[in-house]
Amino acid sequence: MRQTIVRNVAELPTYGYGPRSGPWWGAMGFMALEGMGFAIAIGAYLYLYAVNPTWPIGASPPDLWPGTAETVIYLLSIIPNEYTSRVAHRQDLAKVRICLIVMAAIGIALLVLRGFEFAHLNTRWDNSAYGSIVWLILGLHTTHLATDVGDTVVLAVLMFTRHAKPRRFSDVTDNVFYWNFVVLAWLPLYVLLDWIPRL
Amino acid sequence: MSMAAEPNELRDDVLNGLQLSTQLEKVWRTPSGLVGALMSVDHKVVGRRYIVTAFAFLLLGGILAILMRVQLAGPEKTFLSADKYNQIFTMHGSTMMFLFAVPVMEAFAVYLVPLMVGTRNIAFPRLNAFSYWMFLFGGCFLWISFLFNAGPDVGWFSYVPLSSLQFTPTKRADVWAQMITFTEVAALAVAVEIVVTVFKLRAPGMTLDRIPLFVWAMLVTSFLVMFAMPSIMVASTSLILDRLVNTRFYDSSSGGHPLLWQHLFWFFGHPEVYIIFIPGTGMVSAILATFVRRPVIGYPIVILSLIATGFLSFGLWVHHMFVTGLPQLGAGLFTASSMLIAVPSGLQIFCWLATLWDGRPVYRTPLLFVIGFVVIFVLGGLSGVMVASVPIDTQVHDTYFIVAHFHYVLIGGAVFPLVGAVYYWFPKIAGRMLSERLGRWNFWLAFIGFNVAFFPMHILGLIGMPRRVYTYTADMDWAHLNLLSSGGALIFALSFALLLVNVIYSLRKGELAGDNPWNASTLEWATSSPPPPQNFDRIPVVKHRDPLWADSESLPVVAGLSAERREILLTSLAEAEPQIREASPEPSIWPLLAAIATTVFFIGSIFTPWAVLWGTPPMAVTLIGWFWPAGSKEDEE
Repeated sequence: MRQTIVRNVAELPTYGYGPRSGPWWGAMGFMALEGMGFAIAIGAYLYLYAVNPTWPIGASPPDLWPGTAETVIYLLSIIPNEYTSRVAHRQDLAKVRICLIVMAAIGIALLVLRGFEFAHLNTRWDNSAYGSIVWLILGLHTTHLATDVGDTVVLAVLMFTRHAKPRRFSDVTDNVFYWNFVVLAWLPLYVLLDWIPRL
Repeated sequence: MSMAAEPNELRDDVLNGLQLSTQLEKVWRTPSGLVGALMSVDHKVVGRRYIVTAFAFLLLGGILAILMRVQLAGPEKTFLSADKYNQIFTMHGSTMMFLFAVPVMEAFAVYLVPLMVGTRNIAFPRLNAFSYWMFLFGGCFLWISFLFNAGPDVGWFSYVPLSSLQFTPTKRADVWAQMITFTEVAALAVAVEIVVTVFKLRAPGMTLDRIPLFVWAMLVTSFLVMFAMPSIMVASTSLILDRLVNTRFYDSSSGGHPLLWQHLFWFFGHPEVYIIFIPGTGMVSAILATFVRRPVIGYPIVILSLIATGFLSFGLWVHHMFVTGLPQLGAGLFTASSMLIAVPSGLQIFCWLATLWDGRPVYRTPLLFVIGFVVIFVLGGLSGVMVASVPIDTQVHDTYFIVAHFHYVLIGGAVFPLVGAVYYWFPKIAGRMLSERLGRWNFWLAFIGFNVAFFPMHILGLIGMPRRVYTYTADMDWAHLNLLSSGGALIFALSFALLLVNVIYSLRKGELAGDNPWNASTLEWATSSPPPPQNFDRIPVVKHRDPLWADSESLPVVAGLSAERREILLTSLAEAEPQIREASPEPSIWPLLAAIATTVFFIGSIFTPWAVLWGTPPMAVTLIGWFWPAGSKEDEE
């Protein structure tokens, strides 16, 4: 087939931010399906809650302080997270490095707190269906938290190497985007795990 | 943010003809040798492997079907033991659903969607390679377990409490549950790739209302996968946890509930039917337009029907549970929604019939399979409307009527279009035509064999033959119809043997296809057969819904992409306006290593929970290796 050139795209940029870029949509896709995973798990919790006359089963509700402390930190973490996004858009390498270290530290602190939360659930996974679903949901969210912390640490290291090139700033903004998802996913889970058993 | 082109970079606007093709082939080809093959990230290479592997599983699943039909051909046969029979029907269902039907549809999408939207590779090609390896390893895991007598024997939906540790103390149910995890990871990865490919990699000018119907169908399917499969992953994970670390999800003595399993399973399981069927409709639309020589009538109606079917498919799952003692209101609601979904499917059928009516049909093999599809699928749809009604469902639940119904829907709705699609796209993939004479034999054997095999099952069900029985006594009077059904199954199997013969013969001796042997209208036919590694020497510009019919002589194209490294063009979501020249990943061994690490993790974890601990670091290492920039030029901008 004969080809007729009708347009030249040589002047287009080689990377972009947000919905212009491919990886952003990839992250969006994975957040959608992981969000569905959370929704299903919440559905399973509410199903078990509905079919059981007593809730929680054979245990007292989880202690409030670890989950509440996490929630506060999650909400506050949005501030440095959004700041990271801004300096990444400005391609300010020095500040991006500091921000990534701060975000990695926040993530690690939350992982430690998460350990305390497991210890203060006041039930084991094999006690009852209540214990099982609580451990499953918390475990599911912890996987997301750990994944994002791992990603943040790797990115932080990357930005100190010779690979810290402009297109990596787009990766940093995608990481920021995913952290917001981890925070957003936590909020309904906090209500579900810590407050529903107190109803 | 703007990175204007380096002045000294070789671009496709300064090269022409053979020079350009050769240069791009050098950049985009899969490295040679065994290691090179294992590193491939070319969507065509991965897509071909996916298709061949899925068909291999079809062959295996088909052999199991024949074994069952031999056993049931007469009363009180001892060809298979009860235990073997249980494993075989479970393996047949699981293989066909998880290792054949869903993967083969995604496989065709992996191969065709990038070509149809006019780009050079799928979005996230390394994830695509990873997905294939996960699918392959998961399938092999199931089948190797089966060969060692550890194949699942609890039915393809693995109901608790039968599949709980108490009633299945062997590893058989764990094998089933973990096979699910493998295949769902693979399917979810492909779904995200297809969505991003369709959203961002479309050729300039391919606005939303110029996307080919097959691509629309795969887009809707991908969303269904993304929203349905998490449910089965939660289900299979909780089942394995119950069996491995004594969680109590399904243990009714500790607050668990067996019906939770059925809800989780069917919330996935019903959309699953549409995950298999909707791609089939996309194939039908593509084939029909080409062979009646006109665009499908009602393009917007077909698309809206696809989307409506997608949404409605999530509101039907409880009709699989009518006999579990649901509240009447619930049963009524799900009856209504089950009948409602017949509406968008019916609309599509009428659009196709109108297209056929108004066109000038050329009755080649692909079109024969499309017509076979319409007949069989409508019959399956009719029995579907019947079982949507609670009283009828209660009567025929767990009988052969249901077996007949879902084989009409699934084989009619998906396998007939699929075989048509093989005849239609084989010339593009292999560069040679399949034999038309063998094709006609193939179709008539399949059509007659299928109906002889499955129609009698309606009657068997109505006169009381239950599903999943390994034999029956002579005084039940089921023998003649069963023998007839077994005979039909043999004819049906013969049709697939003929397909295999046709493929093997035509790969060597088939007539050369040329770029566009059917004079079709979509972009995959604008490149050579088989397509070169770069798909297109220059990215096409789309000005019409049927670009190759609008102008069959010349193709408008864009220039300016790199000719010395892998670069693709990203366009805007709705208008497909060019936005970014983005680097596309090089071949890499890391996806394979990551899949191996994940396999060790998954299989290890059915033997010891500690596998979660020691299995994680290798996975993390392979993932970091995967994403760490390799220092190549496109990584460093």
